[in-house]
Amino acid sequence: MSETNSAVAIMNQVPGSDADVRGESPLHHVGLADITDQSNGDAGVVFSEAGLLGHLTLRCEPSSPLIAVAQTILGIALPLTPLTSVEQGDLVVRWIAPDEWLISLPNDQVFDLETRFRAEMNGHHSLVNGSGGMTVYKLRGRHVVDMLKKSTPVDLHDSEFPVGKVVSTVFAKSGAVIRRTGESEFELVVRRSFADYIWLWIQDASQEYGLAVAS
Amino acid sequence: MFHIYCPHCCEHREEEEFHVKGQAHIARPVDPEALSDEEWGNYLYFRKNPRGLHHELWVHNAGCRKFFNVTRDTVTYEIKEVYKVGEQPSVVSPADKV
Repeated sequence: MSETNSAVAIMNQVPGSDADVRGESPLHHVGLADITDQSNGDAGVVFSEAGLLGHLTLRCEPSSPLIAVAQTILGIALPLTPLTSVEQGDLVVRWIAPDEWLISLPNDQVFDLETRFRAEMNGHHSLVNGSGGMTVYKLRGRHVVDMLKKSTPVDLHDSEFPVGKVVSTVFAKSGAVIRRTGESEFELVVRRSFADYIWLWIQDASQEYGLAVAS
Repeated sequence: MFHIYCPHCCEHREEEEFHVKGQAHIARPVDPEALSDEEWGNYLYFRKNPRGLHHELWVHNAGCRKFFNVTRDTVTYEIKEVYKVGEQPSVVSPADKV
């Protein structure tokens, strides 16, 4: 593998403010803003979409010296313990596999981070910008675990699934990367092509508990 | 449904997350050109079908997407051992030379 670091052409996937282009999240057609219900305090499940985030997939041997370089670039250490995640400000790094991490951050910061990785990571690794292929659903509420239990076979009990744990698993008939962000707060990273299906599934699974959409 | 231990995720997960990929420890011949048709055919197509212990390759395809080996009893479905690719099984039947 070439040791040069400029062989990969990268581009800023986020159009500039002067471009006449509007970013549309995978749930744009649903019009979540129009059905946002701030008053529904009784809802057992509260849903919101964190669309148009930036997502980078980093792959690198965990024994490689590049792990330390990545830590310098990110400002936080990559989680090397299986099924864990780290978070700092807007930046989230999820363990996906022993040699794979999913890095999420605001869209307008992705190009800078990717540029730094390309410039500073010299050696055997892979970095792929998958921002357009995924979206993030945030779920909270006192019945969020009950709703998730219908959707995924992983054990969601507090003792098995503490805050910060992240799993890639099956979700409904699709897949998702599930992370617990709080006592009754979860976050799902889903494929763009399954975004609508999973949104419909969540509506159905939440029906008996009451579903509210938050902004 | 039963639970399978993933040695990369270090926890048990539902069978639904995994796929079996057939017999493990099949070494590709170093010099395929030197093989007879029968030897090449055996390498390519012929697999064990034991009654009892079987070493299999599995993949955690809905999770970490890593491959690993499973020693399973084909009679009872009991998983005797899970070990990473490149490692050798410790549970081996007397008739089974890996």
